[in-house]
Formats: sequence, C-alpha cells, structure tokens
Amino acid sequence: MADPDDNNPDEERIPAMQSLLENPFLLLFIGVAMPAVFYIIWGIMEIVTVPIAP
Amino acid sequence: MSNFRLCPDTGLFFDKNAESLMKVHAVAAAVSLLVAGLLALGVALTRWPAVHLLPASQFYMFLTAHGIDALLFWVIFFEIAILYFASSTLLRCRLAAPRWAWLGFALMVIGAVTTNTAVFQGNSSVMMTSYVPMQAAPHFYLGLILFAVGALIGCFVFFGTLVIAKDEHTYEGSIPLVTFGAMTAAIIAVFTIASGAIILVPTFLWSIGYISHIDPEMYRIIWWAMGHSSQQINVAAHVSVWYLVAGLVFGARPMSEKVSRFAFLLYIFFLQLASAHHILVDPGVSSEWKIFNTSYAMYLAVLASMIHGLTVPGSMEVAQRAKGYTRGIFEWLRKAPWDNPVFSSTFISIIIFGFIGGITGVVMGTEQINLIIHNTIYVPAHFHATVAVGTTLTFMGLTFFLIPVLFRRKMILPTLAKWQPYLFGGGMTILILFMMGAGTMGVARRSADMTFAGAALTYDYPGMAYTMMGISGIGAVIAVIGGGAYLLITVGSIVFGKKLEPSAGLLQSFGVPLSSDNYMAEPEILPMAAPVEEHGSAGFEAPGTFVLAMLLLVSFVVYYFINWKYLASVWPLS
Repeated sequence: MADPDDNNPDEERIPAMQSLLENPFLLLFIGVAMPAVFYIIWGIMEIVTVPIAP
Repeated sequence: MSNFRLCPDTGLFFDKNAESLMKVHAVAAAVSLLVAGLLALGVALTRWPAVHLLPASQFYMFLTAHGIDALLFWVIFFEIAILYFASSTLLRCRLAAPRWAWLGFALMVIGAVTTNTAVFQGNSSVMMTSYVPMQAAPHFYLGLILFAVGALIGCFVFFGTLVIAKDEHTYEGSIPLVTFGAMTAAIIAVFTIASGAIILVPTFLWSIGYISHIDPEMYRIIWWAMGHSSQQINVAAHVSVWYLVAGLVFGARPMSEKVSRFAFLLYIFFLQLASAHHILVDPGVSSEWKIFNTSYAMYLAVLASMIHGLTVPGSMEVAQRAKGYTRGIFEWLRKAPWDNPVFSSTFISIIIFGFIGGITGVVMGTEQINLIIHNTIYVPAHFHATVAVGTTLTFMGLTFFLIPVLFRRKMILPTLAKWQPYLFGGGMTILILFMMGAGTMGVARRSADMTFAGAALTYDYPGMAYTMMGISGIGAVIAVIGGGAYLLITVGSIVFGKKLEPSAGLLQSFGVPLSSDNYMAEPEILPMAAPVEEHGSAGFEAPGTFVLAMLLLVSFVVYYFINWKYLASVWPLS
C-alpha cells in the first residue's frame, strides 16, 4: 500500500550525479581505478610486451 | 562530555584531538619547509653561474633533499592538517580514530627523519625520483615507505570522520565544497600512496639484496604515478583552500556549487593520468598510451582547473560587487584587501598557478612540443609555479589565518606579514620566468655545472642562458628571504605572540590541548547553506573575472603556437 505521505515521489528522488558526489567510497574507487587501469595497467602491459634484446 | 572548543573569532568548532593533530602536522610541515628552504638556497646559488657555490657531490645531495622535503614532506604534512580541518572542524564532528591518527603522524615523522638521514649521510644523492639502477641506501626507501603509510592512515582517518559526521548527523544536506575538495585530495592521495607502495617496496627489497633487478622503465611509469600524483594532491588541496579563503575574506559563496563540484569530479577521474607527461620521450610505451593519458585525459583535468580559476576569483568579484565595488571592471580587485596576507597570498597563487603553471603544464603535456623542453630547467620552472607558488604560497596564507584561530596567538610582525606574499611570490616569479627562458635555450635541469668543466662531452650554451640563470638565482634568493619571513612570523608568533587565550602556552603551540574549560562547547548541527542565486541570467555577474579569463586564454593560445613555431625551427624538416 502506498505511503500517504509519498504523494510526490519526484521530490524525493536524488539525482544520479548527486548520489555519485555524495558517496565518498564510490568516488574513492573510481579515483583509484581510473588511473590504475588507464595509466598503470595499460602502461605496464605495453612494457612487458617489449621483446627482450637477444 | 564535550570535546569541542568554540573559536570566539570565527565560530569554528575544534575537536580536541583534531586540534592537537592539526597543530603538530603544521609544525612538522614548517620544519620541513625550513630544511627545504635552506637547501634551496644552496641549490640556487650553485646554479647561479657566477656564484657556483657547491661542489657537485654536495649539490646533488642538496637537490635530492630539497626535492623530497619540499615536494613531499612539507606539503603532505600540511595537507593532512587540512584534511583534519576540512572534516572535523568544518563538519563539527569528532575526529575518527585519533590514536590511529597519532600513529600515522609518528610514522610520517620517523619516515621523514629516516629519509633525510639517508640523504645527508651522502650515499643517497639519487634525486627525488631515485631512478633505478641508481641505488640509494635502504633506509632512504624505508623512510619514504613509512612516511607514505603514515599519510595513508591520515587519509583513512579523514574518510572515517566523514562517515561519523554522516552517521551522527552533524551537518545538513551535502558536505561543504571545501570538504569535498579535501576529499578529492584524499582520494588522489590514496592512489598516490598505493602507487608508491607498489614501486618503493620492491625497490627497498632490491636495495637490501632480496630482489636482483628492477626494470627501469617499469620503475619510471609506476614511480611517476606516485611522483606526479603527489603534486595533484596539492592542486586539489590548494584549490579547496582558495574556496575557503574566498569565504573567509569576502564572505563569498561559490558561483555555482554544481559546477565547482563537477570540476573536482573531473580531478578525481582524470588528474592523476597527467603523470604520463613525464614518460613522453620514453621508449617502450605507445603513442596511444601517451596521447590518451596526456592530450585527452589531461585536458579534462586542465578544464577543471580553468573552472576553478574562473569560479574562485569570480566568487570574490561577486561578493565585492555586492558590497558596492561596482565601478568599472576592476574596482572590486583594486579595492580588495591587498595588505591582508591571507588574501594576497591566495590571489598571487591563483594568478601564477593559472598563467604560468597551467600554461606551461599544457605545453609540457603535449607530446610534440614537450620535446623542446624535456629534462631542461623549464620543468622545475613549471613545478615551482604550481607547487611553490600555487600550493606553498596558498598554504602560507592559510597559516596566517590559523595562527590566531587554531594556535590562539596574535601574529607578530604584521607589517612584514603584509609584505611576505609579495617577497615570496615575486621572487618565485622571477625565478620561474628566467628558468623558463633558460630551459627554452636547452639548459639542463639537475646539472651542477652548466659550463661542463672537465667533462668529456661539452656544450656551449648561449651567453643569454647564463644571464638568465643568474637572474633566476636572484629570484631564488628573494624567494628564500620571503620563505624565511614566513617561518619567522609563524614560528615567532606561536612561541612569542600575545596569548589570545590564557592557557595557550608554549606546549599548547606544539600540540598539547588548551585548559579543559575551553572544551565545553556543544556544536549545533551545521545548517545547510542557502542555495546560491543563479548567475548568468542578467548578463555577466563577474565581468572582471571574465576579462582575466580571456586574457589567460589569449596568453595560452599565443604561447602555445609560439612553441609550435619554435619546434619547427628546432627541427627543420625540409
């Protein structure tokens, strides 16, 4: 049964961007994962695929 | 029982544990800056060709310690204090896990002392970067690892404090923008420290013989994830302080909270990727990796800095115009409190960080024109604009605010304090501009002797390069005097300044709490700030800032294309 106070659900909904900005641990995850993937892991993969000189 | 002190001047609430920790971190930062500044004088007077003070072995030792003390210890000690301020004080919340915070501080101090000891023992003059296969003494790496672990504990105490504040409902709505900016700094710090652990732990094991080989290219990539990201902590932290100062000095509100938070979000996503510009001339990694990480991702971080560079002075302008300074485009700026070192430090920092640090950063991050200045003294010119003026001068300004508020002492030598930002900022600007000029002529960084006396392979720099290095040395001396003035005022104030609270004795300046009757305040819930009026619907609300932004854009475009033209002359292709 619907909550009688919940007559305007649009007012209660938190925008996705605000949810993101208010979740420090999600931001922490993104802030570590992004450079880890695009800078470190990608860079290391390129280094290890360089053939070793005979 | 309450553990909070209410500052009667500002209305800020200080948790007893957080207050002590902020003080000790600030003092440790000042000690690091003192060491860094003395070493800077030795470095600068050696690179000044007419003086050439130190022999090569001492020069490299001084340069190694200067880099570590200035770029790591000074700023990170201060930043942990900012994290505690931005969480506990601004959210009116008790500090999470204070014993862990003290452990973190102890580890940072032990680490800083250990690494400095290793450098001054003379066998670890490997520069801040300590590129392998150059090997430092094991305790050089161990000290850095201990320092990093301590700083990591500080970051998690910050995150824990955010959780407590939310759980205990110490604030309404969202966390303040300054706290959000500090959180951005803490996030970058976690990545920075994790990267440091990934590379420094094996390098330590290599230094004691447990690992036989560290791949130099692998080392460079991962080390720069720490080395450059550590400077991005600074950027996020000092931008947060800019917003804080705009509020403290002008009562300014951000022009748009949404836009400013989005800019910090861009930092979280992209700022650390700029580390790749150090690897732009390295073999082994592809152009795709280089170009994505610098010429695409980095520009989104630059966009964020440009947003902050627009919104911080813009918010000051809006606040000034609301007070009636509306004549012309720049009355708001002319009538700004230029004799208040908290403001002047911040504004000089914004200008030099944006106009010089930002523009040179983009030039260095572009793969092609990076070739002109890579590994020249242009590079230290860039990071002195970003770190020495951008971050350090901002932190200096904040300290002048904190002396009465946190330490409860009246600032001594107020006239000198008025001049200090101009001395330090002016000297640094001379240093930076002339190092840029010399670097463009090819003068190498990290070189004890630009005459190459006695070297098998030599190179004759043009006479103008020698002149520029001499003038940059004069700038360095002025900046060191400015830095000395800062330390004289701050240390003098917390030791000899008039007590604003009877129990604020000498020990209290170094972390011992004030008398217990100070900590009786019960903080009310931090109310949600009223929404800022929408801007832009009635024309420019900050036309002066807009003009400054356009000036920055024109300067950037002109300088950028001059560099491309210069590249064409360096490498004639036809």
